[in-house]
Amino acid sequence: MLNEEIVKNIIESEEIEEGEGKDLLSRREFFWLGSGAVGAVYLGAIGYPVYQYLSTPAQRSAEAAAVTQTTLDNAANLPKKSAMMFKFGAKPAMLIHQEDGSWSAFNAVCTHLGCTVKYEPEQSRIFCACHGGVYDPVTGANTAGPPPKPLTKFNVEVKDASIIISKV
Amino acid sequence: MQASLSQKSKTRSEAVYDWADERLGLTEVVEIAKHKTVPSHKHSFWYYWGGISLFFFIVQVFTGILLLVYYRAGADAYESVRQITYDIKFGWLVRSAHSWSANLMVVAIFVHMFSVLFMKAYRKPREFGWWSGLILLALTMVFGFSGYLLPMDDLAYFATKVGLEIPASIPIVGDLITNIVRGGQELSEVTIQRFFALHVVILPLVYIPFLAFHLFMVQKHGNAMPPSEEAKPASERRFIRFFPDFFAKDMGMWLIALNVLAILASLYPWQLGTQADPLAPAPAGIHPEWYFMSQFQLLKVFGRWFPGMTGEVLGMAVFSIAGLLLVLIPFIDSDSKSGKRARLATYIGLGLLFGMLLTTIWGYWEV
Repeated sequence: MLNEEIVKNIIESEEIEEGEGKDLLSRREFFWLGSGAVGAVYLGAIGYPVYQYLSTPAQRSAEAAAVTQTTLDNAANLPKKSAMMFKFGAKPAMLIHQEDGSWSAFNAVCTHLGCTVKYEPEQSRIFCACHGGVYDPVTGANTAGPPPKPLTKFNVEVKDASIIISKV
Repeated sequence: MQASLSQKSKTRSEAVYDWADERLGLTEVVEIAKHKTVPSHKHSFWYYWGGISLFFFIVQVFTGILLLVYYRAGADAYESVRQITYDIKFGWLVRSAHSWSANLMVVAIFVHMFSVLFMKAYRKPREFGWWSGLILLALTMVFGFSGYLLPMDDLAYFATKVGLEIPASIPIVGDLITNIVRGGQELSEVTIQRFFALHVVILPLVYIPFLAFHLFMVQKHGNAMPPSEEAKPASERRFIRFFPDFFAKDMGMWLIALNVLAILASLYPWQLGTQADPLAPAPAGIHPEWYFMSQFQLLKVFGRWFPGMTGEVLGMAVFSIAGLLLVLIPFIDSDSKSGKRARLATYIGLGLLFGMLLTTIWGYWEV
């Protein structure tokens, strides 16, 4: 019954849009149009807070991801041929102290399917255990396995005992 | 051109309806809705309160699920509610709506219960509707009690502490039961965890089947007529169609309920106290939620008049008898079958109503 009414209404309102028939809305059309408008207002008044409520963490992590620089206190003490993990924004990142004393930092997310990669000093490589991706530990270039792109490299600046990592 | 297009879309929607109808039996439901009527008389206003209770229950489910997204039971409980209230966007509103709606739901259920009682709607064949309603009322109160602790602020902590005095005063087994419910001799993270499990899993699991049964009973027997209507000859009784007339009014009531809730929740946001500290002294005037005040006050005054176990036993006995009277009222009321008013049932109802109001006001007076 309701279905028929709605369908009838749609047909009637289409007719009005076409300019055929009446100039004014009928009571029924006015009622449904008004109810629809009021309903939309209520839906918005409930939907907007709910959307904001549920998306707060997503907004926060987007803000966190927007950082361009982070400082790692006392990281200069990191022994040679070893690595430490840190968070750059919301994502895991990796700082490597090379054998020759130089530093490299990469986004530690594998460019293949997003697993977190691992520094393997014995084999001088960065390895992804998920599908066997291999990267160069100095340049971050993808050297073997499925990764399509090199790891994103960061700038490294040593300042006293701290290390400042920034986007290239 | 336009007309033929409309014609086409109509037949298509009809085809979809027919397809679904064959499989779901929609026409039967539509037929029931078409023929269902609701008595219309000067007491009809009270018919809406069951629906209003249902509305607030739906709000509770909706806002409860939203709170569940961020709430963490256990040691982190207070911190997570603090985040919901102050950190998460509109978290204060979701929490405020949940708390206000809980209180409004209890109010609506009490109004519903007493209106059913005074309109004698528990009479044959509606006894099971009445009893399932009483169970839903009891479960609602346990919902309220278990939910009140979850923020674990000082008020929640001490209100739950004193509230647990009610089950603890059950003779002989009271302490044992209370310790099991509490998960130890003192309120702790263990208590929050089990109250949480009770509040979001066990109670909904028990509540929803009873609610479905309750609604099925209403559908099966329809709205009851009060004795004053039954006394009228059939030709003088008036009815309105359930659909769309009563349904539209019902939805109007829901809209009013939504607006009242929105105003209360946004203009009087539910507060969060300081974190509960078991070593801190109780704040002055601590008391349980208003819907437990009556029982709380009864226990208190009986304890004062009859020190020791006797007072507790007597206090317990009084509200057990009150509960028992409610359960047995369909059997006590046998007069009104003939359309005569059942005076005794009315007196019992009035006695319970004024007893509850009096002890509640008395309780707040002494706070």
